[in-house]
Amino acid sequence: MEASIDISHFLAGAVLALSFVLLYQARLFALFNAFAMQSTALAMAVGWQAYSQGASHLYITAALALVMKGMLIPGALRWVVVKMGIHRQIDPVVSVNLTLLLGVFLVILSIMVVFPVARMEGGIAREDLAFALSIILLGMLMMITRRNAIGQVIGFMSLENGLILAATGAKGMPLVVEISVAFSVLIAFFVFGVFIFRIREHFDTIDVDALSEMRGDAE
Amino acid sequence: MMLVLLVAPLLVGVVRKVQARILLRRGPSIVQPYRDLWRLLRKESIVAHNASWLFRVAPYLVFSAVWVAAALVPVFATGLQFNWTADLLAIVALLGTARFATALAAMDIGTPFGGLGASREMMVASLAEPAMLMIVFTISLLAGTTQLSEIANFVASQPVGLRISLAFAFVALIIVAVAENARIPVDNPSTHLELTMIHEAMVLEYSGRHLALIEAASATKLLLYMSLVISLFLPFGIATNAAPLSVQIFGMLIWLAKLGIGAVLLAIGETVVSKMRLFRVAEFLGAALVMGLLSMIFLFVFKGI
Amino acid sequence: MTSFALILILVVPAIGMALLALIANYRIGSTLNVLLSATAFAGACLLFWAPMQAGSFFLIDSFNIYLVALNSFVGLTTSIFSATYIAHELEEGNLTPISLRFYHALYQAMMIAMSLALLTNNLGLMWVGIEIATLSTVVMVGIYRTPQAIEAAWKYFILGSVGIALAFFGTILLYLTAEGVLGEGIPAMTWSNLQENAARFDPALLSLAFVFLLVGYGTKVGLAPLHAWLPDAHAEGPTPISAVLSGLLLNVALYAVLRIKMIMAGNTDTIPAGLAMMIMGLTSLIFAAVMLYRRRDIKRLFAYSSIEHMGIITFAFGMGGPLANFAGLLHMTMHSLTKSGIFFAVGHIVQAKGTQKMSGITGLAKSHPSLAWALGIGVLAIAGVPPFGVFTSEFLVVTTTFARQPVLAMILALGIIIAFGALLMHLQKLLFGEPGGESHKVKASALPMFIHFALVLLAGLWLPPILVEWFKQVAEVLG
Repeated sequence: MEASIDISHFLAGAVLALSFVLLYQARLFALFNAFAMQSTALAMAVGWQAYSQGASHLYITAALALVMKGMLIPGALRWVVVKMGIHRQIDPVVSVNLTLLLGVFLVILSIMVVFPVARMEGGIAREDLAFALSIILLGMLMMITRRNAIGQVIGFMSLENGLILAATGAKGMPLVVEISVAFSVLIAFFVFGVFIFRIREHFDTIDVDALSEMRGDAE
Repeated sequence: MMLVLLVAPLLVGVVRKVQARILLRRGPSIVQPYRDLWRLLRKESIVAHNASWLFRVAPYLVFSAVWVAAALVPVFATGLQFNWTADLLAIVALLGTARFATALAAMDIGTPFGGLGASREMMVASLAEPAMLMIVFTISLLAGTTQLSEIANFVASQPVGLRISLAFAFVALIIVAVAENARIPVDNPSTHLELTMIHEAMVLEYSGRHLALIEAASATKLLLYMSLVISLFLPFGIATNAAPLSVQIFGMLIWLAKLGIGAVLLAIGETVVSKMRLFRVAEFLGAALVMGLLSMIFLFVFKGI
Repeated sequence: MTSFALILILVVPAIGMALLALIANYRIGSTLNVLLSATAFAGACLLFWAPMQAGSFFLIDSFNIYLVALNSFVGLTTSIFSATYIAHELEEGNLTPISLRFYHALYQAMMIAMSLALLTNNLGLMWVGIEIATLSTVVMVGIYRTPQAIEAAWKYFILGSVGIALAFFGTILLYLTAEGVLGEGIPAMTWSNLQENAARFDPALLSLAFVFLLVGYGTKVGLAPLHAWLPDAHAEGPTPISAVLSGLLLNVALYAVLRIKMIMAGNTDTIPAGLAMMIMGLTSLIFAAVMLYRRRDIKRLFAYSSIEHMGIITFAFGMGGPLANFAGLLHMTMHSLTKSGIFFAVGHIVQAKGTQKMSGITGLAKSHPSLAWALGIGVLAIAGVPPFGVFTSEFLVVTTTFARQPVLAMILALGIIIAFGALLMHLQKLLFGEPGGESHKVKASALPMFIHFALVLLAGLWLPPILVEWFKQVAEVLG
């Protein structure tokens, strides 16, 4: 039991570490690789949960995470970048060091939020829940600190990774929800893809600074 | 103590040989660094006429500080003679002293390269030292002491298992080690181009026996960091002082083997990765600091990880 | 009976949706859309005769039956409006037939998803329904392909997705709370089980879950400060979508919040959920009321008005107690009907004048008298002028608040008055003065608009006793 909790913490921590790696990247291709690694780590974490909980339907989720987010989506994004000739450098809004420090602060915040509250046996270990919440918050941080639409997409998908981690850690959450999570990943990607094409069509760039006409409530 | 001094140049030689082999060159022989040091010791040491006493004293200071620090790391056996002084913080302090002396000496002559090297080195240090301290804190919190030999015993004997904080600390220490030893991707130890020098810029003016001392010091520093990584994170096979001679010799052989593996990995790493732009170095070390912070937070909070 | 009704509401439109995706002809598509919406409405009416039940996937109780009926009714009228409105847009060349291919399919997808969210007993399915509805509206908002439309749709998508993600995390936390008491699996996700056992849950975890759910679903309701997507999405999407967003999706999201609040009400040691809702409601009200003054785009104006009214409704439900709940329910209904009716009128006006900017829309009283009447009635209704239904509900909210928290009642009244002033100011500029700008013939159907306004007027004058009884029942349940 000890070892099994250790391993699930270790894997969740690996996904968190890779979230930090995601925050650090400045080049698009490196970003896709880091995202692929994060999704693979997530697949391993979910697979381990499937094994230790004895919940075989979680293997499907793990496989989905590995195939869709670890291979297909980064591959598709790489194709999009090459095809549309998008500028391959992303400059974050604030410096990388500051972003990383903010990330650490968010991790501390999520630990402080989860720990006093989640005093449970079984269910999910509170460390895993804190990790999942940190990954979610880091995903949101990434969406805020990237000016590039693709960067925001990746941030959102890493946020979803955190959600999947939380959902699979919670013992016995019904299959209904897992399938719908996967389903929503599909739909989200479809919608994202549609928009990236349309933004590019109209703006010749996917720098969302160009989408600033309606910033604020000026109208 | 003599052991580290003798093995250090060999380590550097192995690294260079492996690097050359990967690039499909024959490369210098493994014992070439010994020959270099011997040659330098016999050469005349030229000193600029506006150099102060600091310039002459610095190499000795640097060498002795690094040598003592390296001797404190338990390499093949714990419980050695001076181990009650072998405190992690003491090692960090000694290395800091060495760096301080180097930087001052670099600025002593007044050449632009000296100032350039010193300022870059200080930038790297300002990020690497906090990261190093975070790592020290993490490990000390875990083992309950800053005594290196105790820590090594702790990690060797307890079923530590997979702990995230140790994993983070490990990666952070590797990054810090790379930065401190002036290795790619932070600094190129064999370049003399203005754009890319950090450590080399500081020691550009030295020649003869001074240069020999500095070269020996940097080789010893490399050995120190590798031994540190090994004894903190991978201390299998380490003997205790009370063990019989055969176990101790076995421990020494294991240590040498680990060093060899470390050298090969370093060489491969240096060949595969390219040197970073100086401004990215700050981010790189920032990442090490963040990892150190995280490892400390996890350890402190989770108490079981 | 129940299953037949559910089939009419969920399954038939689903089949129809698949068909709609294949049909390229706009006329056939729009007719089929209207028919499907009528079927769903018929199914919803049938539910009134179904017995109250709580199965593991579906839940039929007084609260959601009435909402489903309201939903499908507005969906039906909007589909009638949309048929003629979009035909006009096609003629004008603002939209191409290709981009419209999926419009009707997405419309049905949205309606099905909303009905699913309303009818289900499973928290996860409720989330799924709201997410699918959001995603379909996102695509529809971006359908015009102008830079502003894409920007609005992107902003909506990002903010909506973050909200949905937070709501999902809240759902997970809620499951964890329930699992400790109810064991794993589906029973711990079933709302009726949670409601019964609420007192046994760990209050701290439950509160944390509520916070996430309030923030997540609150984004979809449009509560300030999470409202940033709302004005843009309303302004840049096609008008039928603005009507549906304001009239329906906001309600469904609020329904989700209310279900959670009902669980919170069962547990006494949690943080005061009602207080949180009251604060957010008041903030939205004041903020939106003030923002109404400087609007230059007509659709944006009414978008802020939606934020304002959702603030009032949230405040009323946050107060709790049978009277305030009754007022909230009534206001939800009236706001849905009035706001969608207003958007129908706005749609006509925008087509007649060819612009959304209010500077280009003046002197309607002289140039398009019937439209001027419609807009005038609509704005007066939404501003809370008697004898319209909105006045009744706002009055109820203010008086109940006055009885319990006089200070808050004054702030509430202040907000309503500020909004009233802004709306009348804009109305005057729109209706009176010299007719300016362009003028086109309008072909959209005026029927849905007048039906809505008639209903609101009727409700203001005479609320049918059945409805009163019904609302009272629901108000009791809401706690």
